[in-house]
Amino acid sequence: MISDWIPVVLFYAFAGVLLASALAVITVRNSVYAALLLVLAFFSAAALWMLLEAEFLAITLVLVYVGAVMVLFLFVVMMLDVKSREKHALGGYGKVAIAVAVAMLLEMVMLFAGKLAAGLPETSLTRHAADYSNVRALAEELFTRYVFPFELAAVLLLVAIVAAILLTLRRRPDFKHLDPARQIAVKASDRMRVIKMPAEPQSSGDDK
Amino acid sequence: MMEQIWVLIWTLLKIVAVVLPLVLTVAYLTYAERRIIGFMQGRMGPNRVGFFGFKAWGLGQPFADVVKLLLKEIVIPDRSSKFLFLLAPVISLGTAFAAWAVVPFSDSLVLADIDAGLVYILAMTSLGVYGVIIAGWASNSKYALLGAMRSAAQIISYELPMGFALVGVLVAAGTLNLKEIVWAQHGGLLHWFWLPLFPLFVIYYISGVAETNRAPFDVAEGESEIVAGFHVEYSGSAFALFFLAEYANMILVSLLTAIMFLGGWLSPFEGIDALQNSWLAQPHVFWLLTKSAIFLFLYLWLRATFPRYRYDQIMRLGWKVFIPITLVWILVVAVMKVFHIGWWFD
Repeated sequence: MISDWIPVVLFYAFAGVLLASALAVITVRNSVYAALLLVLAFFSAAALWMLLEAEFLAITLVLVYVGAVMVLFLFVVMMLDVKSREKHALGGYGKVAIAVAVAMLLEMVMLFAGKLAAGLPETSLTRHAADYSNVRALAEELFTRYVFPFELAAVLLLVAIVAAILLTLRRRPDFKHLDPARQIAVKASDRMRVIKMPAEPQSSGDDK
Repeated sequence: MMEQIWVLIWTLLKIVAVVLPLVLTVAYLTYAERRIIGFMQGRMGPNRVGFFGFKAWGLGQPFADVVKLLLKEIVIPDRSSKFLFLLAPVISLGTAFAAWAVVPFSDSLVLADIDAGLVYILAMTSLGVYGVIIAGWASNSKYALLGAMRSAAQIISYELPMGFALVGVLVAAGTLNLKEIVWAQHGGLLHWFWLPLFPLFVIYYISGVAETNRAPFDVAEGESEIVAGFHVEYSGSAFALFFLAEYANMILVSLLTAIMFLGGWLSPFEGIDALQNSWLAQPHVFWLLTKSAIFLFLYLWLRATFPRYRYDQIMRLGWKVFIPITLVWILVVAVMKVFHIGWWFD
């Protein structure tokens, strides 16, 4: 129903935004802007996945990376008082970074132009009908064929959670804890006593 | 070619058909809020502005407010980040409206009937926090930044129990599609998910109140401490957008609670033999709107009744009370589902 040019135009639009924002993340001075541009990059990537009809993965990317991870990132970045320092692009680890980037680029070109090129579909993707359930297909693969890798990944995440908690947990003997149960149980009579007493005779000097 | 343009126009019209009533509902929700809280506190509330010289119980008030807000000047603070300052309310409103794309109003009334509807809603509502954070940061104001920090921490904390509550619904219904979730509750009042998922139902609604930064969870805009939190520097129509987004989110949470736990558009009289053939037992969008109205009223009731939570109390409630309860109840639901315990999982 929708002709071929709409997905193509959308693809180039999102891919352009993705590349531009990813480039801006590493060049922009202000770290808050950098974090926000990374959000934009993730969002464009999700839109590209959506064009590949991987709705579930696209939505999960937005939910996990944009909705949770980057919020925490921004949270920390905003708290820090980061002064924009003048830095030379090639100073420090700059040269190593460029070497790694070139190596990765070469690997990807080798992989996609050489080895995987034969496996790539020649014209377009297999398009499924509207009633095809992406979620169901993914779940069937994940919980039958890849169930052990899936469980392993889950255990790995659990280990990471436990490690993160252990690393940040420290005993603070001087820390005063609140006990909500005791707070609720408090009665007015524990805190304040109303007493009856005769009025004190007024002294003459200090009422002015 | 012509056909595609028609599809686009038709989709656009459908979007307008969702957004326009939504905006009107928001307008009258503000009026209802002021009137209802007024009555609860023994006051009259706004009862003067009407139409064409008639007071009409103050029903013209929302329009007067809108005109006032639109005509006011937008003040942009000195040394603020102008682009982000103006972008923040747009992000707030955009994400608040985007979530409505998958909400089913009845079996046929749905804009986008997608399979991952539940995850989509969760993703879109989790994006709303960016509007708040960016507004707080771009304002170049201490109060705004404090409000943004509070709000971000609160939204992240309550997203987890909210997500876990939805996992419970997902386990019970066996699908992520909102329409199928409603049909999984088919069979009458006692088949709706509020009964087997009762703790999740309560937690979802309370987390929804916290997510929308409404009283008693409104530390993000605590007037007594940080003036108005993240939107302290906003005025005129920019402020109106934040306002609109907050109320649209309130309506969304109420509607979703009705859809996921109270059988959506299904009739409460379904399954009663005497009424089986009357219109009362038929599914209708009317039921959905009535159920959501109850939760909207609850929002206002909570606001009129409870004092604001302290920040540490909010964190404790989210992390130490809600998350453990939801985790345990997901397990309980899974066991009930697998062994077909109860009439709701036959």
